[in-house]
Amino acid sequence: MVVFDKPHALADVPLHYCPGCTHGIVHRLVAEAIDELEIEGRTVGVAPVGCAVMAYDYFTCDMIEAAHGRAPAVATGVKRSDPDNLIVFTYQGDGDLASIGTAETVHAAARNENITVIFINNAIYGMTGGQMAPTSLPGQVTQTSPYGRDVNACGYPVKICEMLSMLEGPEYLERVAVNNVKNVRKAKKAIRKAFQNQIDKKGFSLIEVISACPTNWGMTPSKALKWIDDNMIPYYPLGVYKDRSAGIIPGAKEEA
Amino acid sequence: MAKLTFRKDECKGCGLCVEACPKGILQLSKDTINKKGHHPAECTDEAACIACASCATMCPDCIIKIEK
Repeated sequence: MVVFDKPHALADVPLHYCPGCTHGIVHRLVAEAIDELEIEGRTVGVAPVGCAVMAYDYFTCDMIEAAHGRAPAVATGVKRSDPDNLIVFTYQGDGDLASIGTAETVHAAARNENITVIFINNAIYGMTGGQMAPTSLPGQVTQTSPYGRDVNACGYPVKICEMLSMLEGPEYLERVAVNNVKNVRKAKKAIRKAFQNQIDKKGFSLIEVISACPTNWGMTPSKALKWIDDNMIPYYPLGVYKDRSAGIIPGAKEEA
Repeated sequence: MAKLTFRKDECKGCGLCVEACPKGILQLSKDTINKKGHHPAECTDEAACIACASCATMCPDCIIKIEK
């Protein structure tokens, strides 16, 4: 009996990510959700600009590459072209979704577009070499903040889940992490639910995944996962921020 | 007892599976180097494996297949 194998929706090619990069885990979770819901043939993914730019090589469903940050806008168009049949998801990093693509994200959420957004938050610009991102923590050392992020000059991190939960539009917002086995299993449930919501025509679902970037954080993969526990999760608390169907509305946030 | 299959040439030697294993039976091979130039993960004692799939859950490159 096979207990675990690579999901069918994940292509049989080596990933280009650095050793210990958790993008690979999230790719697999998305592919597992697609497999379990048996929607591979009618799923369209929208790839971002960033480390995950080549996600179109890794998923076996149809994929589109969007301009930087515009994945929710492209997904809106695709979804509206055949709303009863297509399942559309975007896979975006923090430089894509929380920086140049903030407007598209906020408005797709406000319109309650029936799409699924997978948002990878690793607090840094990975592909371009580790510059400070909108999600970088206060005091975090990056290539462009060698003395740590100074909130007086650079402002405070953007907390996407908290921000979108104030809108009336979105159906489901949850923040998960992939730094240990327990959290990965929770993340899998959340991602699957985000796809199920779309099948049930409930509306906009966004899953924020707290991820590691060992290379640009300058740590070993295992230290990077520990750093998530010690630094990222206290600043970005995990949990469901909005779930309209279950009656979870802002202010009644579930504890992680 | 479970059967573990590693696609060794795709392993990047990050060691996340080694840390995730509750039985402590995984290690990065000290003697071999794969096509990518990494020390690939391997199992030292398959008889002790409980097929919990923790290693495969944490593997970013999906190189582990588990059968039982």
